[in-house]
Amino acid sequence: MSIGRKLIATFATALLVLVLTQVVCAQTATTVPASATDTNTRLAKLEQQAADAKSSADNAWMLTSAALVLMMTGPGLALFYGGLVRKKNVIGTMMQSFAMMAVVTVLWGLFSYSLSFGSGNSFIGGLQNLFLRGVGAAPDADYAATIPEQTFMVYQLMFAIITPALIAGAFAERMKFSAMLAFMVLWSVIVYDPMAHMVWGKGGLLNASLGGRFPTLDFAGGTVVHVTSGVSALVCALYLGRRVGYPKESMPPHSVVLSFIGACMLWVGWFGFNAGSALAAGSLATSAFVATHFAAAAAALGWAGAEWIRNGKPSVLGGISGAVAGLVAITPAAGFVKPMAALVIGLIAGVFCYGMVAKVKARFGYDDSLDAFGVHGAGGTLGALLTGVFAVSAVNPIFKDAQGNTLASGLIEGNAHQLLNQCVGVVVAWVLAIVGTLAILKIVDVTIGLRITEEEEVQGLDLSQHGEEGYYWEASA
Amino acid sequence: MTKLEAVIQNSKLDAVKTALHEIGVEGMTVIEVRGHGRQKGHTEVYRGREYSVDLIPKTKIEMVLADAMVEKAVQVVLGAARTGKIGDGKIFLSRVDEAIRIRNDERGEGAL
Repeated sequence: MSIGRKLIATFATALLVLVLTQVVCAQTATTVPASATDTNTRLAKLEQQAADAKSSADNAWMLTSAALVLMMTGPGLALFYGGLVRKKNVIGTMMQSFAMMAVVTVLWGLFSYSLSFGSGNSFIGGLQNLFLRGVGAAPDADYAATIPEQTFMVYQLMFAIITPALIAGAFAERMKFSAMLAFMVLWSVIVYDPMAHMVWGKGGLLNASLGGRFPTLDFAGGTVVHVTSGVSALVCALYLGRRVGYPKESMPPHSVVLSFIGACMLWVGWFGFNAGSALAAGSLATSAFVATHFAAAAAALGWAGAEWIRNGKPSVLGGISGAVAGLVAITPAAGFVKPMAALVIGLIAGVFCYGMVAKVKARFGYDDSLDAFGVHGAGGTLGALLTGVFAVSAVNPIFKDAQGNTLASGLIEGNAHQLLNQCVGVVVAWVLAIVGTLAILKIVDVTIGLRITEEEEVQGLDLSQHGEEGYYWEASA
Repeated sequence: MTKLEAVIQNSKLDAVKTALHEIGVEGMTVIEVRGHGRQKGHTEVYRGREYSVDLIPKTKIEMVLADAMVEKAVQVVLGAARTGKIGDGKIFLSRVDEAIRIRNDERGEGAL
Protein backbone atom coordinates (compact mmCIF):
# COMPACT_ATOMS: atom_id res chain seq x y z
CA MET A 1 0.00 0.00 0.00
CA SER A 2 1.28 3.47 -0.86
CA ILE A 3 1.76 6.09 1.87
CA GLY A 4 -1.22 8.01 0.49
CA ARG A 5 -3.47 4.99 0.83
CA LYS A 6 -2.09 4.26 4.36
CA LEU A 7 -2.79 7.84 5.33
CA ILE A 8 -6.32 7.68 4.01
CA ALA A 9 -6.93 4.30 5.71
CA THR A 10 -5.60 5.62 9.04
CA PHE A 11 -7.62 8.79 8.72
CA ALA A 12 -10.78 6.86 7.83
CA THR A 13 -10.28 4.47 10.71
CA ALA A 14 -9.69 7.35 13.12
CA LEU A 15 -12.79 9.08 11.78
CA LEU A 16 -14.81 5.91 12.17
CA VAL A 17 -13.59 5.42 15.73
CA LEU A 18 -14.34 9.05 16.51
CA VAL A 19 -17.86 8.81 15.09
CA LEU A 20 -18.59 5.54 16.82
CA THR A 21 -17.33 6.91 20.10
CA GLN A 22 -19.58 9.94 19.73
CA VAL A 23 -22.54 7.70 18.95
CA VAL A 24 -21.93 5.55 22.01
CA CYS A 25 -21.20 8.51 24.21
CA ALA A 26 -24.19 10.38 22.84
CA GLN A 27 -26.51 7.53 23.93
CA THR A 28 -25.15 7.52 27.46
CA ALA A 29 -24.76 11.26 27.76
CA THR A 30 -28.46 11.79 28.80
CA THR A 31 -28.62 8.90 31.30
CA VAL A 32 -25.50 9.75 33.20
CA PRO A 33 -26.26 12.68 35.58
CA ALA A 34 -24.45 15.78 34.81
CA SER A 35 -24.09 16.39 38.60
CA ALA A 36 -25.35 15.19 42.02
CA THR A 37 -28.06 17.90 42.33
CA ASP A 38 -30.08 16.37 39.53
CA THR A 39 -30.72 13.22 41.60
CA ASN A 40 -31.57 15.30 44.63
CA THR A 41 -34.14 17.24 42.66
CA ARG A 42 -35.81 14.08 41.53
CA LEU A 43 -35.68 12.54 44.98
CA ALA A 44 -37.27 15.64 46.45
CA LYS A 45 -39.98 15.49 43.84
CA LEU A 46 -40.61 11.83 44.67
CA GLU A 47 -40.81 12.55 48.39
CA GLN A 48 -43.30 15.32 47.68
CA GLN A 49 -45.44 12.96 45.62
CA ALA A 50 -45.40 10.37 48.40
CA ALA A 51 -46.42 13.01 50.94
CA ASP A 52 -49.16 14.25 48.61
CA ALA A 53 -50.45 10.70 48.27
CA LYS A 54 -50.59 10.32 52.02
CA SER A 55 -52.31 13.68 52.35
CA SER A 56 -54.86 12.68 49.76
CA ALA A 57 -55.63 9.46 51.60
CA ASP A 58 -55.90 11.21 54.96
CA ASN A 59 -58.01 14.03 53.53
CA ALA A 60 -60.36 11.62 51.78
CA TRP A 61 -60.93 9.73 55.00
CA MET A 62 -61.36 12.93 57.04
CA LEU A 63 -63.89 14.46 54.67
CA THR A 64 -65.79 11.16 54.67
CA SER A 65 -65.65 11.10 58.46
CA ALA A 66 -66.99 14.63 58.66
CA ALA A 67 -69.92 13.62 56.49
CA LEU A 68 -70.54 10.54 58.67
CA VAL A 69 -70.60 12.63 61.83
CA LEU A 70 -73.03 15.11 60.32
CA MET A 71 -75.24 12.19 59.35
CA MET A 72 -75.26 11.20 63.02
CA THR A 73 -77.13 14.42 63.79
CA GLY A 74 -79.27 14.51 60.71
CA PRO A 75 -81.01 12.20 60.38
CA GLY A 76 -79.45 9.81 62.94
CA LEU A 77 -80.18 11.61 66.20
CA ALA A 78 -83.26 13.29 64.78
CA LEU A 79 -84.80 9.89 64.04
CA PHE A 80 -83.60 8.31 67.26
CA TYR A 81 -85.13 11.05 69.41
CA GLY A 82 -88.07 11.58 67.07
CA GLY A 83 -89.25 8.01 67.45
CA LEU A 84 -89.06 8.15 71.23
CA VAL A 85 -91.46 11.06 71.68
CA ARG A 86 -95.21 11.16 71.22
CA LYS A 87 -96.58 11.58 67.71
CA LYS A 88 -97.62 15.20 68.30
CA ASN A 89 -93.99 16.15 69.03
CA VAL A 90 -92.15 14.23 66.33
CA ILE A 91 -91.08 16.97 63.95
CA GLY A 92 -90.61 19.53 66.73
CA THR A 93 -88.09 17.12 68.23
CA MET A 94 -86.37 16.48 64.90
CA MET A 95 -86.22 20.21 64.29
CA GLN A 96 -84.17 20.63 67.47
CA SER A 97 -81.41 18.53 65.88
CA PHE A 98 -81.78 20.16 62.48
CA ALA A 99 -81.60 23.66 63.94
CA MET A 100 -78.18 22.82 65.39
CA MET A 101 -76.94 21.88 61.93
CA ALA A 102 -77.77 25.37 60.77
CA VAL A 103 -77.08 27.54 63.80
CA VAL A 104 -73.86 25.99 65.12
CA THR A 105 -72.37 26.02 61.62
CA VAL A 106 -72.71 29.78 61.43
CA LEU A 107 -71.32 30.28 64.94
CA TRP A 108 -68.41 27.97 64.16
CA GLY A 109 -67.50 29.86 61.04
CA LEU A 110 -67.82 33.26 62.65
CA PHE A 111 -65.90 32.69 65.88
CA SER A 112 -66.48 29.37 67.62
CA TYR A 113 -63.73 27.53 65.75
CA SER A 114 -61.31 30.22 66.76
CA LEU A 115 -62.41 30.08 70.40
CA SER A 116 -62.06 26.30 70.45
CA PHE A 117 -58.90 25.70 68.47
CA GLY A 118 -57.13 29.03 68.30
CA SER A 119 -54.20 29.76 70.58
CA GLY A 120 -55.28 31.45 73.76
CA ASN A 121 -54.84 30.30 77.32
CA SER A 122 -55.48 27.05 79.17
CA PHE A 123 -59.23 27.51 79.13
CA ILE A 124 -60.19 29.17 75.86
CA GLY A 125 -58.71 29.95 72.47
CA GLY A 126 -58.24 33.33 70.85
CA LEU A 127 -59.80 35.24 67.98
CA GLN A 128 -57.00 34.80 65.43
CA ASN A 129 -59.26 32.68 63.28
CA LEU A 130 -62.26 35.00 63.44
CA PHE A 131 -64.32 34.49 60.27
CA LEU A 132 -61.99 31.54 59.62
CA ARG A 133 -59.12 33.84 58.80
CA GLY A 134 -56.00 31.82 58.14
CA VAL A 135 -57.87 28.55 57.94
CA GLY A 136 -57.18 27.24 54.46
CA ALA A 137 -55.45 24.52 52.51
CA ALA A 138 -52.28 24.53 54.58
CA PRO A 139 -52.26 22.07 57.47
CA ASP A 140 -51.92 23.12 61.08
CA ALA A 141 -49.10 20.87 62.15
CA ASP A 142 -50.12 20.87 65.83
CA TYR A 143 -53.50 19.39 65.03
CA ALA A 144 -53.18 17.36 61.82
CA ALA A 145 -50.08 17.70 59.69
CA THR A 146 -51.31 15.92 56.57
CA ILE A 147 -54.71 17.51 55.95
CA PRO A 148 -55.78 21.06 55.15
CA GLU A 149 -56.74 22.98 58.27
CA GLN A 150 -60.06 23.63 56.61
CA THR A 151 -60.74 19.87 56.67
CA PHE A 152 -59.86 19.77 60.37
CA MET A 153 -62.14 22.75 60.97
CA VAL A 154 -65.14 21.27 59.20
CA TYR A 155 -64.63 17.90 60.89
CA GLN A 156 -64.62 19.51 64.32
CA LEU A 157 -67.70 21.52 63.32
CA MET A 158 -69.73 18.30 63.09
CA PHE A 159 -68.86 17.54 66.72
CA ALA A 160 -69.89 21.03 67.75
CA ILE A 161 -73.22 20.44 66.00
CA ILE A 162 -74.16 17.13 67.59
CA THR A 163 -73.17 17.99 71.16
CA PRO A 164 -75.89 20.53 71.91
CA ALA A 165 -78.39 18.48 69.92
CA LEU A 166 -77.93 15.67 72.44
CA ILE A 167 -79.16 17.89 75.28
CA ALA A 168 -82.56 18.18 73.62
CA GLY A 169 -83.30 14.70 74.88
CA ALA A 170 -83.71 16.05 78.40
CA PHE A 171 -86.22 18.79 77.71
CA ALA A 172 -88.12 16.93 75.03
CA GLU A 173 -91.75 17.85 74.44
CA ARG A 174 -91.75 21.00 76.59
CA MET A 175 -89.15 23.58 75.49
CA LYS A 176 -90.00 26.71 73.54
CA PHE A 177 -88.30 26.70 70.14
CA SER A 178 -87.07 30.29 70.44
CA ALA A 179 -85.76 29.64 73.95
CA MET A 180 -84.03 26.49 72.75
CA LEU A 181 -82.24 28.43 70.00
CA ALA A 182 -81.07 31.07 72.46
CA PHE A 183 -79.99 28.42 74.96
CA MET A 184 -78.03 26.48 72.35
CA VAL A 185 -76.19 29.54 71.02
CA LEU A 186 -75.06 30.46 74.50
CA TRP A 187 -74.28 26.87 75.49
CA SER A 188 -72.21 26.27 72.40
CA VAL A 189 -70.01 29.25 73.16
CA ILE A 190 -69.91 29.12 76.97
CA VAL A 191 -69.67 25.35 77.58
CA TYR A 192 -68.65 23.56 74.38
CA ASP A 193 -65.94 25.87 73.08
CA PRO A 194 -63.99 26.02 76.37
CA MET A 195 -64.26 22.26 76.93
CA ALA A 196 -63.13 21.53 73.37
CA HIS A 197 -60.25 23.93 73.85
CA MET A 198 -59.18 22.44 77.16
CA VAL A 199 -59.09 18.88 75.85
CA TRP A 200 -58.08 19.34 72.21
CA GLY A 201 -56.92 22.92 71.75
CA LYS A 202 -53.38 24.31 71.76
CA GLY A 203 -52.39 24.99 75.34
CA GLY A 204 -55.52 23.38 76.71
CA LEU A 205 -55.48 22.51 80.40
CA LEU A 206 -56.45 18.89 79.79
CA ASN A 207 -54.75 18.30 76.43
CA ALA A 208 -52.91 14.97 76.50
CA SER A 209 -51.23 15.40 73.10
CA LEU A 210 -50.06 18.98 73.46
CA GLY A 211 -48.75 19.01 77.00
CA GLY A 212 -51.73 20.00 79.11
CA ARG A 213 -51.28 20.36 82.87
CA PHE A 214 -53.76 17.53 83.56
CA PRO A 215 -53.54 15.37 80.45
CA THR A 216 -56.91 13.72 80.01
CA LEU A 217 -57.15 10.90 77.51
CA ASP A 218 -60.22 11.70 75.43
CA PHE A 219 -59.84 10.38 71.92
CA ALA A 220 -63.08 11.47 70.33
CA GLY A 221 -64.98 13.45 72.94
CA GLY A 222 -66.18 11.38 75.89
CA THR A 223 -65.81 14.41 78.15
CA VAL A 224 -66.12 17.15 75.53
CA VAL A 225 -69.27 15.82 73.93
CA HIS A 226 -71.00 13.28 76.14
CA VAL A 227 -70.28 14.33 79.70
CA THR A 228 -70.91 18.02 79.01
CA SER A 229 -74.14 17.42 77.10
CA GLY A 230 -75.34 14.63 79.40
CA VAL A 231 -74.79 16.55 82.63
CA SER A 232 -76.25 19.71 81.10
CA ALA A 233 -79.23 17.58 80.16
CA LEU A 234 -79.75 16.59 83.78
CA VAL A 235 -79.58 20.23 84.85
CA CYS A 236 -82.13 21.15 82.20
CA ALA A 237 -84.47 18.33 83.20
CA LEU A 238 -84.34 19.39 86.84
CA TYR A 239 -84.70 23.12 86.10
CA LEU A 240 -87.53 22.80 83.59
CA GLY A 241 -89.43 20.26 85.62
CA ARG A 242 -91.43 17.27 84.49
CA ARG A 243 -93.72 17.05 81.52
CA VAL A 244 -97.43 17.55 82.15
CA GLY A 245 -98.77 14.16 83.16
CA TYR A 246 -95.37 12.57 83.93
CA PRO A 247 -95.00 9.96 85.32
CA LYS A 248 -98.63 8.87 85.65
CA GLU A 249 -99.70 9.37 82.06
CA SER A 250 -98.73 6.81 79.48
CA MET A 251 -96.10 8.23 77.06
CA PRO A 252 -94.55 5.35 75.18
CA PRO A 253 -92.40 6.00 72.08
CA HIS A 254 -94.65 6.64 69.10
CA SER A 255 -92.29 4.86 66.70
CA VAL A 256 -89.64 2.40 67.77
CA VAL A 257 -89.14 1.92 64.01
CA LEU A 258 -87.83 5.48 63.58
CA SER A 259 -85.65 5.15 66.67
CA PHE A 260 -84.23 1.90 65.33
CA ILE A 261 -83.28 3.46 62.02
CA GLY A 262 -81.75 6.43 63.85
CA ALA A 263 -79.75 4.23 66.19
CA CYS A 264 -78.29 2.19 63.34
CA MET A 265 -77.29 5.40 61.59
CA LEU A 266 -75.63 6.53 64.81
CA TRP A 267 -73.64 3.26 64.98
CA VAL A 268 -72.38 3.61 61.42
CA GLY A 269 -71.79 7.34 61.75
CA TRP A 270 -69.79 6.75 64.92
CA PHE A 271 -67.02 5.27 62.80
CA GLY A 272 -66.51 8.78 61.50
CA PHE A 273 -66.78 10.15 65.03
CA ASN A 274 -64.21 7.82 66.60
CA ALA A 275 -62.02 6.48 63.81
CA GLY A 276 -61.99 9.93 62.22
CA SER A 277 -60.56 11.31 65.42
CA ALA A 278 -57.28 9.68 64.41
CA LEU A 279 -57.16 12.62 61.97
CA ALA A 280 -55.44 10.34 59.44
CA ALA A 281 -56.20 7.18 57.51
CA GLY A 282 -53.63 4.95 59.16
CA SER A 283 -53.60 2.06 61.57
CA LEU A 284 -54.77 4.17 64.51
CA ALA A 285 -57.97 4.91 62.63
CA THR A 286 -58.38 1.17 62.09
CA SER A 287 -57.81 0.49 65.75
CA ALA A 288 -60.39 3.08 66.77
CA PHE A 289 -62.85 1.74 64.19
CA VAL A 290 -62.57 -1.78 65.55
CA ALA A 291 -62.79 -0.71 69.19
CA THR A 292 -65.87 1.38 68.41
CA HIS A 293 -67.67 -1.48 66.72
CA PHE A 294 -66.82 -4.05 69.38
CA ALA A 295 -67.98 -1.81 72.20
CA ALA A 296 -71.31 -1.16 70.48
CA ALA A 297 -71.92 -4.86 70.00
CA ALA A 298 -71.03 -5.83 73.56
CA ALA A 299 -73.11 -3.04 75.03
CA ALA A 300 -76.17 -3.97 72.98
CA LEU A 301 -75.88 -7.48 74.38
CA GLY A 302 -75.31 -6.11 77.87
CA TRP A 303 -78.41 -3.92 77.97
CA ALA A 304 -80.63 -6.45 76.20
CA GLY A 305 -79.32 -9.22 78.42
CA ALA A 306 -79.98 -7.23 81.59
CA GLU A 307 -83.52 -6.57 80.37
CA TRP A 308 -84.06 -10.19 79.48
CA ILE A 309 -83.13 -11.18 83.00
CA ARG A 310 -85.12 -8.42 84.70
CA ASN A 311 -88.27 -8.35 82.53
CA GLY A 312 -88.30 -11.74 80.90
CA LYS A 313 -88.03 -10.30 77.38
CA PRO A 314 -85.24 -8.39 75.57
CA SER A 315 -86.73 -5.29 74.00
CA VAL A 316 -85.68 -3.82 70.66
CA LEU A 317 -85.50 -0.37 72.22
CA GLY A 318 -83.21 -1.85 74.85
CA GLY A 319 -80.94 -3.39 72.26
CA ILE A 320 -80.46 -0.18 70.31
CA SER A 321 -80.15 1.92 73.46
CA GLY A 322 -77.47 -0.45 74.65
CA ALA A 323 -75.54 -0.06 71.43
CA VAL A 324 -75.66 3.73 71.79
CA ALA A 325 -74.48 3.49 75.41
CA GLY A 326 -71.52 1.39 74.35
CA LEU A 327 -70.65 3.83 71.60
CA VAL A 328 -70.76 6.67 74.11
CA ALA A 329 -68.51 4.85 76.55
CA ILE A 330 -65.91 3.89 73.93
CA THR A 331 -65.74 7.44 72.56
CA PRO A 332 -62.96 8.61 74.88
CA ALA A 333 -61.22 5.23 74.72
CA ALA A 334 -61.45 4.35 71.03
CA GLY A 335 -57.90 5.22 70.01
CA PHE A 336 -56.24 3.97 73.19
CA VAL A 337 -57.58 0.50 73.92
CA LYS A 338 -57.41 -2.96 72.37
CA PRO A 339 -60.44 -4.79 70.95
CA MET A 340 -60.90 -7.09 73.92
CA ALA A 341 -60.84 -4.12 76.28
CA ALA A 342 -63.44 -2.49 74.03
CA LEU A 343 -65.70 -5.51 74.51
CA VAL A 344 -65.36 -5.19 78.28
CA ILE A 345 -65.99 -1.43 78.24
CA GLY A 346 -69.05 -1.97 76.07
CA LEU A 347 -70.49 -4.71 78.23
CA ILE A 348 -70.09 -2.69 81.42
CA ALA A 349 -71.58 0.40 79.76
CA GLY A 350 -74.60 -1.51 78.49
CA VAL A 351 -75.50 -2.87 81.89
CA PHE A 352 -74.59 0.32 83.76
CA CYS A 353 -76.61 2.65 81.54
CA TYR A 354 -79.56 0.27 81.66
CA GLY A 355 -79.43 0.56 85.43
CA MET A 356 -79.21 4.34 85.26
CA VAL A 357 -82.23 4.54 83.00
CA ALA A 358 -84.44 1.82 84.44
CA LYS A 359 -83.68 2.15 88.13
CA VAL A 360 -81.92 5.39 89.08
CA LYS A 361 -84.19 7.62 87.03
CA ALA A 362 -87.30 6.04 88.50
CA ARG A 363 -85.88 6.25 92.02
CA PHE A 364 -85.13 9.98 91.83
CA GLY A 365 -88.07 10.87 89.64
CA TYR A 366 -86.44 13.39 87.28
CA ASP A 367 -87.92 13.60 83.80
CA ASP A 368 -84.86 13.16 81.61
CA SER A 369 -87.28 12.33 78.85
CA LEU A 370 -84.99 10.64 76.35
CA ASP A 371 -82.27 9.61 78.78
CA ALA A 372 -79.64 12.07 77.66
CA PHE A 373 -78.10 11.98 81.13
CA GLY A 374 -78.61 8.27 81.65
CA VAL A 375 -76.83 7.35 78.44
CA HIS A 376 -74.54 10.25 77.56
CA GLY A 377 -73.79 11.79 80.93
CA ALA A 378 -73.41 8.55 82.83
CA GLY A 379 -72.00 6.57 79.89
CA GLY A 380 -69.52 9.29 79.06
CA THR A 381 -68.32 9.54 82.65
CA LEU A 382 -67.93 5.77 82.87
CA GLY A 383 -66.09 5.65 79.56
CA ALA A 384 -63.72 8.44 80.51
CA LEU A 385 -62.78 6.65 83.71
CA LEU A 386 -62.42 3.25 82.03
CA THR A 387 -60.13 4.88 79.48
CA GLY A 388 -57.73 5.52 82.32
CA VAL A 389 -57.91 1.84 83.14
CA PHE A 390 -57.59 0.21 79.74
CA ALA A 391 -55.42 2.60 77.72
CA VAL A 392 -52.19 0.98 76.47
CA SER A 393 -49.26 2.61 74.72
CA ALA A 394 -49.05 -0.29 72.26
CA VAL A 395 -52.20 1.04 70.63
CA ASN A 396 -51.29 4.72 70.92
CA PRO A 397 -47.97 5.89 72.35
CA ILE A 398 -49.36 9.20 73.49
CA PHE A 399 -47.15 9.77 76.54
CA LYS A 400 -43.44 10.16 75.99
CA ASP A 401 -40.61 11.28 78.25
CA ALA A 402 -38.10 14.02 77.44
CA GLN A 403 -35.90 11.56 75.51
CA GLY A 404 -38.79 10.38 73.37
CA ASN A 405 -39.27 7.02 75.07
CA THR A 406 -42.83 5.80 75.28
CA LEU A 407 -44.46 5.83 78.70
CA ALA A 408 -47.30 3.68 80.01
CA SER A 409 -50.80 4.97 79.28
CA GLY A 410 -53.31 3.41 81.64
CA LEU A 411 -53.79 1.35 84.76
CA ILE A 412 -53.40 -2.07 83.16
CA GLU A 413 -50.05 -0.98 81.83
CA GLY A 414 -48.93 0.20 85.24
CA ASN A 415 -49.83 3.88 85.10
CA ALA A 416 -52.30 4.30 87.95
CA HIS A 417 -51.83 8.05 87.98
CA GLN A 418 -53.69 8.47 84.71
CA LEU A 419 -56.93 7.49 86.40
CA LEU A 420 -56.54 10.60 88.56
CA ASN A 421 -56.04 12.75 85.48
CA GLN A 422 -59.17 11.22 83.97
CA CYS A 423 -61.04 12.18 87.13
CA VAL A 424 -59.83 15.75 86.79
CA GLY A 425 -61.08 15.89 83.21
CA VAL A 426 -64.44 14.46 84.21
CA VAL A 427 -64.83 16.84 87.15
CA VAL A 428 -63.97 19.84 84.97
CA ALA A 429 -66.61 18.74 82.48
CA TRP A 430 -69.23 18.27 85.20
CA VAL A 431 -68.53 21.62 86.83
CA LEU A 432 -68.44 23.54 83.57
CA ALA A 433 -71.64 21.89 82.42
CA ILE A 434 -73.52 22.49 85.66
CA VAL A 435 -72.41 26.07 86.22
CA GLY A 436 -72.64 27.09 82.58
CA THR A 437 -76.01 25.48 82.00
CA LEU A 438 -77.58 26.88 85.16
CA ALA A 439 -76.45 30.39 84.26
CA ILE A 440 -77.71 30.12 80.70
CA LEU A 441 -81.05 28.62 81.74
CA LYS A 442 -81.58 31.46 84.16
CA ILE A 443 -80.76 34.12 81.58
CA VAL A 444 -83.00 32.63 78.91
CA ASP A 445 -85.83 31.93 81.35
CA VAL A 446 -85.82 35.50 82.61
CA THR A 447 -85.71 37.05 79.13
CA ILE A 448 -87.66 34.71 76.82
CA GLY A 449 -89.15 32.04 79.06
CA LEU A 450 -88.12 28.42 78.67
CA ARG A 451 -91.24 26.30 78.72
CA ILE A 452 -94.24 26.22 76.43
CA THR A 453 -97.61 26.69 78.13
CA GLU A 454 -99.56 23.72 79.42
CA GLU A 455 -102.07 24.17 76.61
CA GLU A 456 -99.29 24.12 74.02
CA GLU A 457 -97.79 21.06 75.65
CA VAL A 458 -101.08 19.20 75.34
CA GLN A 459 -101.43 20.36 71.74
CA GLY A 460 -97.88 19.28 70.96
CA LEU A 461 -94.71 20.96 69.71
CA ASP A 462 -95.46 20.31 66.04
CA LEU A 463 -98.60 22.41 65.99
CA SER A 464 -97.77 24.95 68.69
CA GLN A 465 -94.18 25.73 67.71
CA HIS A 466 -94.15 24.98 63.98
CA GLY A 467 -97.74 24.94 62.73
CA GLU A 468 -97.27 21.54 61.17
CA GLU A 469 -98.18 17.92 61.66
CA GLY A 470 -95.68 15.14 61.28
CA TYR A 471 -98.05 12.68 59.65
CA TYR A 472 -101.02 13.97 57.71
CA TRP A 473 -102.56 10.59 56.97
CA GLU A 474 -106.16 11.78 57.07
CA ALA A 475 -105.65 14.15 54.13
CA SER A 476 -108.19 13.59 51.39
CA ALA A 477 -107.02 11.86 48.22
CA MET B 1 -134.46 -1.81 58.88
CA THR B 2 -131.91 -2.93 61.47
CA LYS B 3 -128.37 -1.85 62.09
CA LEU B 4 -125.96 -4.68 62.88
CA GLU B 5 -122.74 -3.63 64.63
CA ALA B 6 -120.18 -6.34 65.25
CA VAL B 7 -116.95 -5.83 67.19
CA ILE B 8 -114.69 -8.73 66.22
CA GLN B 9 -111.09 -9.94 66.39
CA ASN B 10 -108.89 -8.33 63.72
CA SER B 11 -107.88 -11.73 62.39
CA LYS B 12 -111.52 -12.66 61.67
CA LEU B 13 -112.35 -9.75 59.37
CA ASP B 14 -111.68 -11.61 56.12
CA ALA B 15 -113.74 -14.63 57.13
CA VAL B 16 -116.69 -12.52 58.27
CA LYS B 17 -116.61 -10.32 55.16
CA THR B 18 -116.53 -13.33 52.84
CA ALA B 19 -119.37 -15.04 54.70
CA LEU B 20 -121.57 -11.92 54.53
CA HIS B 21 -120.92 -11.47 50.82
CA GLU B 22 -121.99 -15.08 50.28
CA ILE B 23 -125.44 -14.48 51.79
CA GLY B 24 -125.96 -11.36 49.71
CA VAL B 25 -125.07 -8.54 52.08
CA GLU B 26 -123.82 -5.81 49.75
CA GLY B 27 -123.05 -2.86 51.98
CA MET B 28 -120.87 -2.56 55.09
CA THR B 29 -118.55 -0.11 56.83
CA VAL B 30 -115.38 -1.31 58.55
CA ILE B 31 -113.64 0.70 61.27
CA GLU B 32 -110.44 0.06 63.26
CA VAL B 33 -111.23 0.49 66.94
CA ARG B 34 -109.71 -0.09 70.36
CA GLY B 35 -111.61 -1.36 73.32
CA HIS B 36 -112.21 -4.11 75.81
CA GLY B 37 -114.96 -6.14 77.36
CA ARG B 38 -113.78 -8.56 79.99
CA GLN B 39 -110.57 -9.28 78.09
CA LYS B 40 -107.50 -8.09 79.97
CA GLY B 41 -104.85 -6.14 78.06
CA HIS B 42 -101.10 -6.57 78.24
CA THR B 43 -98.06 -4.74 79.59
CA GLU B 44 -95.40 -3.11 77.43
CA VAL B 45 -92.00 -2.06 78.76
CA TYR B 46 -89.99 0.83 77.29
CA ARG B 47 -86.63 1.72 78.82
CA GLY B 48 -87.60 0.20 82.12
CA ARG B 49 -91.00 1.88 82.36
CA GLU B 50 -94.12 -0.25 82.27
CA TYR B 51 -97.15 0.78 80.28
CA SER B 52 -100.36 -1.12 80.76
CA VAL B 53 -102.31 -1.32 77.54
CA ASP B 54 -105.95 -2.20 78.26
CA LEU B 55 -107.53 -0.91 75.06
CA ILE B 56 -107.06 -3.72 72.61
CA PRO B 57 -107.21 -3.25 68.83
CA LYS B 58 -110.39 -4.69 67.33
CA THR B 59 -112.36 -4.38 64.12
CA LYS B 60 -115.93 -3.07 63.98
CA ILE B 61 -118.22 -3.90 61.07
CA GLU B 62 -121.42 -1.92 60.64
CA MET B 63 -124.20 -2.69 58.23
CA VAL B 64 -127.89 -1.77 57.85
CA LEU B 65 -130.05 -4.70 56.78
CA ALA B 66 -133.59 -5.39 55.69
CA ASP B 67 -135.38 -7.01 58.66
CA ALA B 68 -135.73 -10.27 56.76
CA MET B 69 -131.93 -10.58 56.44
CA VAL B 70 -131.03 -9.86 60.05
CA GLU B 71 -131.18 -13.31 61.64
CA LYS B 72 -129.28 -14.94 58.75
CA ALA B 73 -126.60 -12.26 58.96
CA VAL B 74 -126.27 -12.72 62.73
CA GLN B 75 -125.79 -16.45 62.34
CA VAL B 76 -123.21 -15.98 59.62
CA VAL B 77 -121.18 -13.46 61.66
CA LEU B 78 -121.30 -15.70 64.73
CA GLY B 79 -120.08 -18.64 62.72
CA ALA B 80 -117.23 -16.78 61.05
CA ALA B 81 -116.04 -14.70 64.02
CA ARG B 82 -116.19 -17.16 66.89
CA THR B 83 -113.01 -18.75 68.29
CA GLY B 84 -114.48 -19.74 71.64
CA LYS B 85 -112.01 -17.64 73.67
CA ILE B 86 -112.48 -14.42 75.63
CA GLY B 87 -112.05 -11.45 73.27
CA ASP B 88 -114.24 -12.75 70.43
CA GLY B 89 -116.37 -9.62 70.61
CA LYS B 90 -120.06 -8.71 70.47
CA ILE B 91 -122.93 -8.04 68.07
CA PHE B 92 -125.41 -5.21 68.65
CA LEU B 93 -128.68 -4.71 66.83
CA SER B 94 -130.59 -1.45 66.72
CA ARG B 95 -133.52 0.08 64.85
CA VAL B 96 -132.81 2.42 61.91
CA ASP B 97 -135.31 5.20 61.09
CA GLU B 98 -134.40 5.75 57.44
CA ALA B 99 -131.83 4.92 54.80
CA ILE B 100 -131.23 7.20 51.76
CA ARG B 101 -129.05 6.55 48.70
CA ILE B 102 -127.09 9.70 48.01
CA ARG B 103 -126.74 9.10 44.28
CA ASN B 104 -130.44 9.07 43.41
CA ASP B 105 -132.43 9.87 46.55
CA GLU B 106 -133.86 6.34 46.79
CA ARG B 107 -135.29 5.61 50.25
CA GLY B 108 -136.16 2.69 52.47
CA GLU B 109 -135.09 -0.92 52.07
CA GLY B 110 -134.44 -0.29 48.37
CA ALA B 111 -131.62 2.02 49.36
CA LEU B 112 -129.76 -0.77 51.22
